[in-house]
Amino acid sequence: MPSTGYLAAALVTAATITFALRSVPFAALRPLRGSRLIGYLGVHMPAGIMVILVVYLLRDVTFDRSPYGLPEATSLFVTVGLYVWRRNGVLGILAGTALYVLLVNAVPPLAS
Amino acid sequence: MGRVSAPPDRADGSEARLALAETAPFGFGMFPLGVAFGLLVVQSGLAWWWAPLFSGLIYAGSLEFLLVGMLLVATPLASIALTTFLVNSRHVFYALSFPLHRVRGRLARVYAMFALIDEAYALTATRPPETLSSRRILCTQVLLQSYWVTGGIVGALAGQWLPGPIDGLSFALTSLFVVLAIDACRSGQDLSDPALAVGCALVAATVAPGQMLVVAMGLYVLGLLARYRVTLDREAARA
Repeated sequence: MPSTGYLAAALVTAATITFALRSVPFAALRPLRGSRLIGYLGVHMPAGIMVILVVYLLRDVTFDRSPYGLPEATSLFVTVGLYVWRRNGVLGILAGTALYVLLVNAVPPLAS
Repeated sequence: MGRVSAPPDRADGSEARLALAETAPFGFGMFPLGVAFGLLVVQSGLAWWWAPLFSGLIYAGSLEFLLVGMLLVATPLASIALTTFLVNSRHVFYALSFPLHRVRGRLARVYAMFALIDEAYALTATRPPETLSSRRILCTQVLLQSYWVTGGIVGALAGQWLPGPIDGLSFALTSLFVVLAIDACRSGQDLSDPALAVGCALVAATVAPGQMLVVAMGLYVLGLLARYRVTLDREAARA
């Protein structure tokens, strides 16, 4: 079992670097504040970043063999469908997630 | 700063309620994941209180999961530092469009930067900055962290009795980001942003599967810069 001193040192290391990564760019980018370029990036970044996070979360889905990404595709179809149809994001997320948990746990051929 | 666009902070209650309503869907994703993290901590043999310490001080979900495994095999601090840098370097890009200028107070700003996780960026950068008050942004971030930390404590304390985390619950995060992506794409003019993003993500997954997030986001920012350049050139040609 790792010693408390080692665990604390690791905690401080990870916390310090994470905070630096989140805070230093604000100071570094200050001269650009209010520039047209930053405005442009502000408009176009969020959509792309969200899409990249989605692809990242789906990176381990296999499409070439069972279950062919079926649990993911079905559940996302339900999420998107409910969101677009009922305009209710929470409903879509809860229904899609519940369906996914059901599919991967209760339907043996779909379990990965 | 000639524009007086700042709506005065409304009564505490209404801003906090708005933040609660907006963060609730994230809570459904983050709380169960926090429980899973807490379970992992105690199932790995660490004391339960390491879970809230990690989630309270590091506050970076995917890294925290990685870290538990690394600590068990006594990974050198230098490797932990490098892994932290690589896994979390995507946050560098968030400073480009997170509305930090809307947050008032020195300590509040420090917290806003500390708690700038994917979900906080998603909830703030996708909204017009002038509609966000300082209180709204801070409530959003405090609530998000409380879902994660509380989940970790519950998971760590329940670890002795529960058989294990439920498979597939983390899919809540995926559907959440899909809904946010739809939101963000709706406010954009066309589908070229998501198309570029998918391209970058697939290239990154092929060339650098281990560092997919950083590489994909870096490529995407480069792609946007190139497009911005082309837009400027076209305008210059027209003028």
